[in-house]
Amino acid sequence: MIKVEGLTKRFGAQPVLRGIDLEIPTGSITVIIGRSGGGKSVFLKHLIGLLQPDAGRVLVDDQEITRLSGDALDAIRRRYGVVFQGGALFDSMRCADNVAFPLREKMRLPRIEIGKRVDSALAQVGLEGMGQKYPAEVSGGMRKRVAIARALVTEPEIVFFDEPTTGLDPVLVNTIHHLILDLHRRHRFTAVMVSHEIPEIFEIADRVAMLHEGRIVEVGPPAQLQASQNRIVQKFIRGEPEGN
Amino acid sequence: MSESAAPVLLRPLDLLGWWTIFVVSSLGRFGAFLTAAVAAMVTPPLKFWAFVDRINFIGFRSLLIILLTGAFTGMVLGLQIFLTLSRFGSEAFLGPAVALSLIRELGPVLAALMVTGRAGSALTAELGIMRITEQIDAFEVMALNPMRYLVAPSIFAGIITFPLMTALFDVVGIFGGYLVGVELLGLSPGTYFGEMQTFVDFADIGLGFWKSVSFGIIVTWVCTYKGFHVGHGAEGVARATTQAVVLSSVLILVWDYFIGSVW
Repeated sequence: MIKVEGLTKRFGAQPVLRGIDLEIPTGSITVIIGRSGGGKSVFLKHLIGLLQPDAGRVLVDDQEITRLSGDALDAIRRRYGVVFQGGALFDSMRCADNVAFPLREKMRLPRIEIGKRVDSALAQVGLEGMGQKYPAEVSGGMRKRVAIARALVTEPEIVFFDEPTTGLDPVLVNTIHHLILDLHRRHRFTAVMVSHEIPEIFEIADRVAMLHEGRIVEVGPPAQLQASQNRIVQKFIRGEPEGN
Repeated sequence: MSESAAPVLLRPLDLLGWWTIFVVSSLGRFGAFLTAAVAAMVTPPLKFWAFVDRINFIGFRSLLIILLTGAFTGMVLGLQIFLTLSRFGSEAFLGPAVALSLIRELGPVLAALMVTGRAGSALTAELGIMRITEQIDAFEVMALNPMRYLVAPSIFAGIITFPLMTALFDVVGIFGGYLVGVELLGLSPGTYFGEMQTFVDFADIGLGFWKSVSFGIIVTWVCTYKGFHVGHGAEGVARATTQAVVLSSVLILVWDYFIGSVW
């Protein structure tokens, strides 16, 4: 389980996170929703250990990661897979090499075994035979799928998705969501996803947390948020502008 | 003194304090960055192929510009020094004058400035784009040290390639001086090279060598640091690239004077 307690962060005079408390159960798909600029990606970066909070802590299976660095933090990160917003694929490498990279560098596996795992990972995301292309030569949707394959190829226990469908058309959004759901059923990882794809995200989430102005205003199963009486949640789900 | 006047009078002190903290913390970050890079260079696993790639990127791809600038620098030196020496009837010293100017001073400095313009700027831009597209973060979340993959090979390649580029610059420059002094202005080839052997010793070559090694470290250190700590978006990359080239060039000239004066 990932447990977040009183997480606070400000950039200069600008408060971004104002004391977040959240529990992410093992094996669930937890989706963080909220308006753009509301601190979702900053929150995710704290879970990954890319940012240090001003106050509060993040615990992964009761181990506090906010005070870890170096090898101790790397030991936690070895259990992670991360799909970045833009994919963060290494553009100097072919897609297959991108997927193979964590296997080559983190695991002492024979070359044949790496090849098999890469082919299998690309097949799982529907990209058989596309491994020899460079990231710049494939579409945005394919890049996202390569990024998902790279994140999952080491069979991580916890996978973070930072807006994995941003900039994609509705058909591709649906495809990526069902791909994530399918992979989750097969591998049973804990998924933490930042998204503002409403209402599509309710189909795949086990729990949804609404982040607004640096605070979690509501958290629960999708049905709970859809029926919420909280005006902030209602407005966000209906896509109403603020102030009405 | 009124209450409102005190803050105004203290403002210069406030600014001085802010500037001092900024400079000291920047130097600290620079130092910590180099320390982390050196630690990545001297501890296994060494990324051999990344190092070879950086040798190609910094060294091999700079060959043409080094050959061109080296040749024309030598030709200009040959022409100007010949004209000056001929006023005193000392044209025989053209060879050593060209060689010493190139080996001790112009070779290391101009080669470093050329490589900074061609490869240093590209190094900063490449790392800067990797930073803003989260590729460097991707290394970290894979529990891999980006210094080992992206910075250490570049600094190591700088230490190897800068002396080689400087040596090429010197040799081509000396032959450029030969072309002008001997082929165009009529000095005898034996005089050009013979006097050179008399006046140029290993201390001169050693000075040029150590200068080029230190320039290799300075340029790759500054350029990778600036790329690693880039601001936001395309503008951030552009600003970091400009800063990297300007700072590297200034440091090359400052360090050149310093090392030249104590050698």
